[in-house]
Amino acid sequence: MRFRINLFGSFFTGLTLFATLIIFAILFVIIGNVVLHGHKIISWEFITQAPREGMTAGGIFPAIFGTVALVILMIIAVLPVGVMTAIYLHEYAKPESVLTRTIRFAVNNLAGVPSIVFGLFGLGFFIQFIGAGMDKFFGLEVVWGQPCLLWAALTLALLNLPVVVVAAEESLRAVPKETREASLALGATKWQTIRRIILPQALPGVLTGAILSISRGAGEVAPIMFTGAAYFLPYLPHKPTDQFMELGYHVYVMATQSPDVEATKPILYGTVLVLLILTLLLNFIAIFIRSKVRRQMRQTI
Amino acid sequence: MENSKTIEKKQQAESIIFKRRFRLSEFIIEKIIFLSSFLAILGVVLIFFFIFKEALPVLTSPEVKKEASLKLFFSTVIWQPVSDFPRYGLIPLIVGTFKVVIVALFFSIPLSVGAAIYTSEFAPVRLKEFIKPIVEILAGIPSVVLGFFALMVMASFFHSIFHSTMRLNAFNAGVALSFAIIPVIYSLAEDSLNSVPRSLKEASLALGANRWQTAFRVSLSVAMPGVLAGIILGLGRAVGETMIVLMASGNASMLSANIFDSVRTMSATIAAELGEVVQGSAHYNVLFFIGASLFVFTLIINSLAHLVVRRLQRKLAGKV
Repeated sequence: MRFRINLFGSFFTGLTLFATLIIFAILFVIIGNVVLHGHKIISWEFITQAPREGMTAGGIFPAIFGTVALVILMIIAVLPVGVMTAIYLHEYAKPESVLTRTIRFAVNNLAGVPSIVFGLFGLGFFIQFIGAGMDKFFGLEVVWGQPCLLWAALTLALLNLPVVVVAAEESLRAVPKETREASLALGATKWQTIRRIILPQALPGVLTGAILSISRGAGEVAPIMFTGAAYFLPYLPHKPTDQFMELGYHVYVMATQSPDVEATKPILYGTVLVLLILTLLLNFIAIFIRSKVRRQMRQTI
Repeated sequence: MENSKTIEKKQQAESIIFKRRFRLSEFIIEKIIFLSSFLAILGVVLIFFFIFKEALPVLTSPEVKKEASLKLFFSTVIWQPVSDFPRYGLIPLIVGTFKVVIVALFFSIPLSVGAAIYTSEFAPVRLKEFIKPIVEILAGIPSVVLGFFALMVMASFFHSIFHSTMRLNAFNAGVALSFAIIPVIYSLAEDSLNSVPRSLKEASLALGANRWQTAFRVSLSVAMPGVLAGIILGLGRAVGETMIVLMASGNASMLSANIFDSVRTMSATIAAELGEVVQGSAHYNVLFFIGASLFVFTLIINSLAHLVVRRLQRKLAGKV
């Protein structure tokens, strides 16, 4: 009887291990496949040249450039707002007040809104309401009221707000209460304490949030499809009202709308590999910093 | 004497001025922080407002209602927006969405919950610190890459096994979608298993239960609300996920119960058709209506999941 129970138990324990191994295998197969087919084409030319001959030759420089420009604009918009929201929630707000709960409710739900809905919102609000409104106000032809880099970046910024808020708040929580109290007891004001004492200590966590949101922003396609991304442009974007090429969008269009799949396949795999390296590298860095912060936190408590 | 007095007065005055100026900047910065924390609320409200503004004509405008209204959405089973007599039957899209989501949950729930149990109950500490980042890496893979993988590699693989008539189908998309929601369910399930008080586990072990009995009968049953919340969140993510299904599901809006038929989901419909639609047309409004439905659905799902998690946290906090 006892033996049977143990057999039964080790069977289930084995099943849970098996599930873990399958998840490892999924990750391994996906990354392995992309690396296997993609590494051959990666070269200096591939990263620094524009596509030629209907995407069957040349490189993907404009898509890399567009992605970088997009995430830079996005992070400029989302980082201050996200960090200040976290500061408000953790340092100023009363924990159970209606306002605090409403803010938390909003942040949580923003994290759950489907990315395609952000795309719809970007189109309806930024382009057709703000953009077209600005054009009308300034008496311009269509300048702001069209898909462009700025609106795509702002749409992504809203999408990533929860990522920054959650990471920043976690790092604020990691700062020991005693540090805070010591600073206040020495006569520093609340803002002085936050700026000189708390924020420097919380910096790694804030950085984690920023990196994670950059990684996520670089990989999201649905929100930028209608707010600024273009399949092919002969020039690089040089002002916020230009359209842009983007790695993820490039992958999507090449994979689904290419007239000759076999001819574009090497470039497609190369593009996926570049996108994957970019996002996973950022993720690695974020995970590394975070685990360091958490270890520190455990030591302080 | 006089001189030193005036100096003292001057210093006093200065310190008051200094303090005042200082408080002003403090005041300003506090107000800025306060206001920027409102932006999250503003964001949700604006999304709500602007999606519904464009979706509303489906319910109110007499012109649009001739082509597309709530009644027409469910009185036809055909989704054919671009034709002389456009028909906007939402039923195939809803059924398609659920087919893909069910396949995704079927694969992701056992894998993620199993892995979560292994991580928090059985794995050695070293391995534990290795498993979690691995799952986080899976979460970091952009959905367009998963869609690409499903389209280029998995579809051919499944086709060679099942010999389905359509290469891209609900099964293929569902499996790819499960990769995206495994990390969602895993992280919540693992968190809540981890937060089960150690005293409970130790009591169970002390009473003579072995490790797997403790894991399944004690830890899992206490953490069940958290696991459920993870599954609910995963469901919300699966319904809203766009790029994977757009690339891997075949995008044919047909109504069938076979999971090896092509499907068109609600989110993929928006992504595929919004680019070519005339702004202000009935089709445009219908797409926003679908977006509004997705928004409301995920809002409910998320609130539910967070409610469950909060309950669990309170319960566990009371027990420790």
